Amino acid sequence: MNETAVLERLRTALPTGALITQPAAMRPYEADGLTALREMPWAVALPGTEDEVRAALRICRTEGVPLVPRGAGTGLSGGARPVRGGLVLGLSKLNRILEVDVHNCVARVQPGVRNLAISEAVAEHGLYYAPDPSSQLACSIGGNVAENSGGVHCLKYGLTVHNVLGLKVETIEGRTLELGGKGFDYPGYDLLALLCGSEGMLGVVTEVTVRLLPQPPEKVVLLAAFRSLEAAAGAVARMIGEGVIPAGLEMMDALAVQATEDFAQAGYPRDAAAILLCELDGDADEVRTLQAYARRLFEEAGAYQIQQADDAEERERLWRGRKAAFPAMGRIAADYYCMDGTIPRTALVEVLNGVSALSKRFGLAVANVFHAGDGNLHPLILYDASQAGQLESAEALGGEILKLCVKAGGTVTGEHGVGAEKLNQMCVQFGPDELAQFERVKEAFDPKRLLNPGKAIPTLSRCAEVGGMHVHGGELPFPKMERF
Amino acid sequence: MRDEAVRLVETVRRAGAEGRRLVIVGSGSKAGKGQGVRGSFASGQPMASAQPAVLASGSDAPDALETMPVGDHAGIIDHRPEELVLTARCGTALKDVDALLAQHRQHLPFEPPMLDGGGTLGGAVATGWSGPGRPWRGSVRDAVLGVEMVNGLGQRLKFGGQVMKNVAGYDLSRLQAGAWGSLGALLSVSLRLSPMPYVERNCRLPCSADQALAWMRTWARGFSPISATCYQDGLLDVRLSGPEAAVQAAAARIGGELSSDLGHWSALRDWALPIFHGVGDGGAAQRRGGKGAAEKGVGGGVAREAEDGAALWRIHCAPAAPLPPGRCLVEWAGARRWWRTNAPPEAVHAYAKTAAGVAVLAHCAPDFNAPIMARLKQAFDPNRVLNPHLSHGNPVQ
Ligand SMILES: Cc1cc2nc3c(=O)[nH]c(=O)nc-3n(C[C@H](O)[C@H](O)[C@@H](O)COP(=O)(O)OP(=O)(O)OC[C@H]3O[C@@H](n4cnc5c(N)ncnc54)[C@H](O)[C@@H]3O)c2cc1C
Ligand SMILES: Cc1cc2nc3c(=O)[nH]c(=O)nc-3n(C[C@H](O)[C@H](O)[C@H](O)COP(=O)(O)OP(=O)(O)OC[C@H]3O[C@@H](n4cnc5c(N)ncnc54)[C@H](O)[C@@H]3O)c2cc1C
Repeated sequence: MNETAVLERLRTALPTGALITQPAAMRPYEADGLTALREMPWAVALPGTEDEVRAALRICRTEGVPLVPRGAGTGLSGGARPVRGGLVLGLSKLNRILEVDVHNCVARVQPGVRNLAISEAVAEHGLYYAPDPSSQLACSIGGNVAENSGGVHCLKYGLTVHNVLGLKVETIEGRTLELGGKGFDYPGYDLLALLCGSEGMLGVVTEVTVRLLPQPPEKVVLLAAFRSLEAAAGAVARMIGEGVIPAGLEMMDALAVQATEDFAQAGYPRDAAAILLCELDGDADEVRTLQAYARRLFEEAGAYQIQQADDAEERERLWRGRKAAFPAMGRIAADYYCMDGTIPRTALVEVLNGVSALSKRFGLAVANVFHAGDGNLHPLILYDASQAGQLESAEALGGEILKLCVKAGGTVTGEHGVGAEKLNQMCVQFGPDELAQFERVKEAFDPKRLLNPGKAIPTLSRCAEVGGMHVHGGELPFPKMERF
Repeated sequence: MRDEAVRLVETVRRAGAEGRRLVIVGSGSKAGKGQGVRGSFASGQPMASAQPAVLASGSDAPDALETMPVGDHAGIIDHRPEELVLTARCGTALKDVDALLAQHRQHLPFEPPMLDGGGTLGGAVATGWSGPGRPWRGSVRDAVLGVEMVNGLGQRLKFGGQVMKNVAGYDLSRLQAGAWGSLGALLSVSLRLSPMPYVERNCRLPCSADQALAWMRTWARGFSPISATCYQDGLLDVRLSGPEAAVQAAAARIGGELSSDLGHWSALRDWALPIFHGVGDGGAAQRRGGKGAAEKGVGGGVAREAEDGAALWRIHCAPAAPLPPGRCLVEWAGARRWWRTNAPPEAVHAYAKTAAGVAVLAHCAPDFNAPIMARLKQAFDPNRVLNPHLSHGNPVQ
């Protein structure tokens, strides 16, 4: 391709200043939240309208330029990391709330709108948008759709896929797909569910219709402190098993609690081996019943301290620690690496013990802060990239942790996505036939593989190389394929 | 209670190799028992595609299709009550699933049609039909955590898993819900379960259709233990589920007649209310242009439908959109409507459009003909081995 000519076409199609090519100005786009993976983009386009998005896609298609959609760049798996020689298509300027439709309890928004901005915009109507990733201040709804993001309240209210009713998607082939609407379950293949979590590989989301829920009239947050991980995990399993689904149920281990206390002073008991944070919501009557039940359950499970927050200020205090957990880690370690495996809730103790054994073996501390209610672990591996070999150790340890999750019947990523990061682990979780099926789905949307190439789905040859490929019945798949 | 997976995979593989076409049948294997409304099931006929039969020709013509019964591949594989997760083979009868879950005070959140208990779990997932509680309890696809399936190439594939959150690879498991078996035959599914509510009651009050819709929308904006709403023929039914005190308080606010009889909701779920009469069997017969069930005299649906001459439409739309004129059942807090009308199809579609929705004939499977859908079909089943009668789109458009 003639680079100058293509840049010129892009520049003409976009408003002044919306095409960045200066290396210094492109630096912020080198990486997403997983800063260990960097790549300088060829150019960055910041369209401000759907037409401009379409125009940029058309140029990339006809010129064969690969492109990477990008929201706020808070992703933790390198999904928005640029690809060499490729365009970054930043959606941050498409940031308008197009419609708040109170009667239908939906909001129609552009993809660059921040997650929290939706709830703020509809609060006056007593409504909110339920999925609340910890990054909600910054992350975009388009990125949420692409990652099928979760949050603390997803235990009761579901993930992004459960709370999005409609999508407008531009394909690289030049089609506009209008999926779903303001109601539920429009007939036809559920492309909306397919797009959720597709990591910018199948299309560019240009509009999202989200479902709004009524704010619960009453909320209570309980903090229960335990002397052992087993006791805390036991309380989680019992609560879910008895059919009580709290709005959120989070766990932090000793290292996480201590680091957080130093940083945020939320009043967490420093001597706890593990704490649970449990939010209950609903009608006043319902919350009263649930709260009495939960307190009794925690006591029976061995909690030695229970704090209860009834008013907004106290609730904010208890959540403050949890929300500060990531930055707090940044204080006690030069770098940390956040993992995202999900396991059956009954395997919590087994897997956490396994993680702690691995942590000793690799000589790197691991803190655990996670969505216990859905079995979604976030082991934070603490390391120092300036020490030779530590980054590699951290990555190797992370890989081992994810293998442990798969072995326990779980998955290598619950909510952060595969991105550029977990391609090798995908080879552990899927066999060649599944990977080939993923490829054919990709091809149905993007036959030239221009959208976010090299992410999310590993190639068969890569899997053969890392040796993680499943071998069925002792038979090597594709025996004639080159191994490199 | 058998594991027939290997045989099913082989059946698909061989059909592909020999250029044969298969129609997946869930409970159709229990054919010949003449179960009333399920006439066309009994005759082993698949449900109609929304597209006229003319489109089906050559090897896709109904006569060239063989059935592939999957109902024998049955049995619960794993139920972990403390995880709220069930994994079962797709031929498992819904009534068996229900009975097992009830012992643990759990249920399938999406309330599929039970069809006298004979419907299969795979059929429920494949059709993706969610029951009266959909807006509150989620849809079939919402509950899908993972599937094992065989695609049209005869490959046995596993997507998703048994855990609550999973974004590894594209979500090809949820995609199977509502795909009617046209992307593959499901072998087993893992589903998220929900606890049964402590108490469940029905409130019934007389009102106009517009009043009913207005209330439904008001309630949707407030927090309440409502778990289903249904309006038809001057009566509004509201299902309340939750702790006793919350249910009582809500019932007092709503007013009307409170009852513990929940028969209305199972009848709605099973299409057994009067507005549905003649659907299930008659529609399929009508689609086949008077052949099939009607001529064979299976079921009484055609006759009933002929009596009032009106078709039944299912409309998924913006919940607050104004109602259509005439006989209409409104559920899902307004988001799903069943409209019995003589209006020509163009008028029905025009109405659906004004309601930001889509209308389909109640007895028809959806069509999967849009170009992108045709391409997906091709991605899973390039030789069109499985349920080819449901998609006729051109992938190269
Ligand atoms: C009153 C009423 C009447 C109905 N009448 C009909 C009718 O006449 N014909 C009809 O087809 N549906 C009908 N349905 C809809 C639908 O088939 C049922 O609701 C479904 O859940 C029944 O399950 P089944 O096991 O009997 O599946 P089936 O009726 O055998 O199959 C339904 C659809 O799912 C597919 N399917 C079944 N099992 C699998 C599997 N394991 N993997 C992949 N795909 C699978 C089939 O190919 C078919 O497309 C009716 C529903 C109601 C409530
Ligand atoms: C401190 C911190 C806490 C976090 N907490 C959580 C949490 O609790 N739960 C959770 O799930 N995640 C969490 N994350 C991860 C991250 O915030 C989410 O994945 C978020 O959804 C990413 O949104 P973004 O706008 O930043 O997307 P980006 O990082 O810009 O992009 C993410 C992916 O989406 C694609 N993409 C972005 N926009 C579009 C679009 N419009 N169309 C198509 N594809 C697009 C990109 O190509 C990329 O593959 C956290 C991250 C941080 C840094």
